[in-house]
Amino acid sequence: MNIALLETGSGYWNTLIWVVTALIIGVCVLWLRNRGESRYKKDTDQTKPFLSGNPEVSKEDSHVGASHLYWGFTEALKNYYEPLVKMHTGNINDYSGWIVLVMAIIFIIIGVS
Amino acid sequence: MNSILLHAPALIIALPLLAAFITPILGRFNRKTISWLATCVLGLTLLLTIFVARQVLTHGPIVYVFGATETGLTLPFGYTMPIRIIFQIDAMGIFMGLITSLVAFLAAIYSISYMEQHTGLDKYYTLLLLLATSMFGMELTGDIFNFFVFFEIASISSVALIAFRSTISGEPAEAGLKYMVVSSISALMVLFAIGLFYGQYDALNMATIASVMQFTQLDKIALILLVTVLAMKAGSVPMHMWTPDAYSEAPAAITMILVAASQASLYALFRIVFSIYNVTLNTITVGWILIILGVLSMFIGVTMAIIQKDIKRLMAYHSISQTGYMLLGVGVGLAVLTNPVALESFGIKAMEGGIFHIINNALYKGLLFLTAGAIFLRTDTRDLNKMGGLAHNMTYTTIFYIIGAAAIAGIPPFNGFASKLIIYESVYRFNPLLAIIAMLVSVLTLASFVKVFHSAFLGPRLEQYKSVQEVPKSMIIAMAVLSCLIVFFGLFPNLIVKYIVHPAVMALINQAHYTATILGGI
Repeated sequence: MNIALLETGSGYWNTLIWVVTALIIGVCVLWLRNRGESRYKKDTDQTKPFLSGNPEVSKEDSHVGASHLYWGFTEALKNYYEPLVKMHTGNINDYSGWIVLVMAIIFIIIGVS
Repeated sequence: MNSILLHAPALIIALPLLAAFITPILGRFNRKTISWLATCVLGLTLLLTIFVARQVLTHGPIVYVFGATETGLTLPFGYTMPIRIIFQIDAMGIFMGLITSLVAFLAAIYSISYMEQHTGLDKYYTLLLLLATSMFGMELTGDIFNFFVFFEIASISSVALIAFRSTISGEPAEAGLKYMVVSSISALMVLFAIGLFYGQYDALNMATIASVMQFTQLDKIALILLVTVLAMKAGSVPMHMWTPDAYSEAPAAITMILVAASQASLYALFRIVFSIYNVTLNTITVGWILIILGVLSMFIGVTMAIIQKDIKRLMAYHSISQTGYMLLGVGVGLAVLTNPVALESFGIKAMEGGIFHIINNALYKGLLFLTAGAIFLRTDTRDLNKMGGLAHNMTYTTIFYIIGAAAIAGIPPFNGFASKLIIYESVYRFNPLLAIIAMLVSVLTLASFVKVFHSAFLGPRLEQYKSVQEVPKSMIIAMAVLSCLIVFFGLFPNLIVKYIVHPAVMALINQAHYTATILGGI
């Protein structure tokens, strides 16, 4: 038995081949990176960020917080999120209500099946 | 020695139970020794569980009859049904037992340093040991009333541990109260269902009930009650709302055990559906109920996670999402249980994926909660908006987080990928749309954990965290063991599937073997 070979029922997945492939690709990438860029000049304006002429904000102040991440995603799905978040009231009565509701639905489904 | 091994199934319960009662007494004399006592006892329990697992996986199910002249005497002379409490340990039961023993042991190791500064440690370790005992009981027993007793002990100890005053922010007591209410509802429903079985069949042994199951109207009601409340205790949507409250407020090590406790409820759901009812029920209908609960849990869990700002609440929503994968895989297996061609073709594989995901989830979700605990210990906050740059000072925690996050997102070569791949490919053959949803959920999971990684670990050193240090050794050891297991399971998935997961799935499916183990005939 090949212990690294995973049979999925429809095909196979060999972990070791994946690891070896990933290592080869990694070595190639590192080799390319180490060849360097001939036009690169250290400690010149070339290496500084260009922010439309504005001064660079300190690194401590420019860290993007969690609330600002995926803003576009949540904004685009506003209509999905609004009712979903409202559902999560934090009220224990509602928690119990959901159990009763699901029980009733399963009761109907199993009852008529 | 032989006698100890003969009684290993009972000792798995007895050792932590005894230690739970010794702990408060010992705590009065020497506070420091209780953490080591709990760790040693849970380590010993882990060894016993491994021994029992070896026996079960090589020689078949083990039956342990309490109070009998011989431990294997299920039917005393003149009796046609078992009258004593019986532990019936098959491959599925011991599979869950292994998860519990490993998780409880690592939680105890982690707690040595994590809980060091807290008072009331005697109560903490007593409750931790009781929780471990009850989970073992739920997983190993063959008696449904005995299951209820352990189910109740698990709930009570969990409530106290969730409300344990281990956090300076948040509202642990409120979370504990909420968990107590939902646990009470579920316990009442389980007890009512047991009453329905006992009223009809005069039996409490699960194999006996299975052998005489008629699937009457009362059995249908019992099924509805059990499926609903056990799915709720597993954290299934839309009955999941207690999960983020409880998981986020409990101490990190306890959250890891609570994940395994939820999976013990999920196991009970599978045990009841497969081992007690099996083909007497409408497998397609109940299978689809599990599938729908699974898909809802996967999708709503992950989309709710992505908008969270509290690191533990985010991870708690992911627990809900991961439970969905298990319900989906096993649900597909149940839906095709009466179709031998489909069962052989992809049903068993789908169940293997679902069951394999249980152990994988226990490992990576446990690891992620432990990393969240490490961050909380050092920064005193769970708010992702207040974090940043922790990778500079907490190198090991960062590495462990990357491993856990990659595993839960299903990135090869970690363990989450292996079980998810089996689920995708087998579920695709049942219904392609379900597999596509499962893959989409994985993408969103990755996005969510990238958010945590960026918020907590990346960026420059923040002024307030400049003096932050890596967590103590015991916490690192617990996280390192989980990380190694995640990598090992990912690199050698076939080893796990063939020797542990597949026998567990077959033990669930083969009801005749389950009943014959107790009533004879094999």
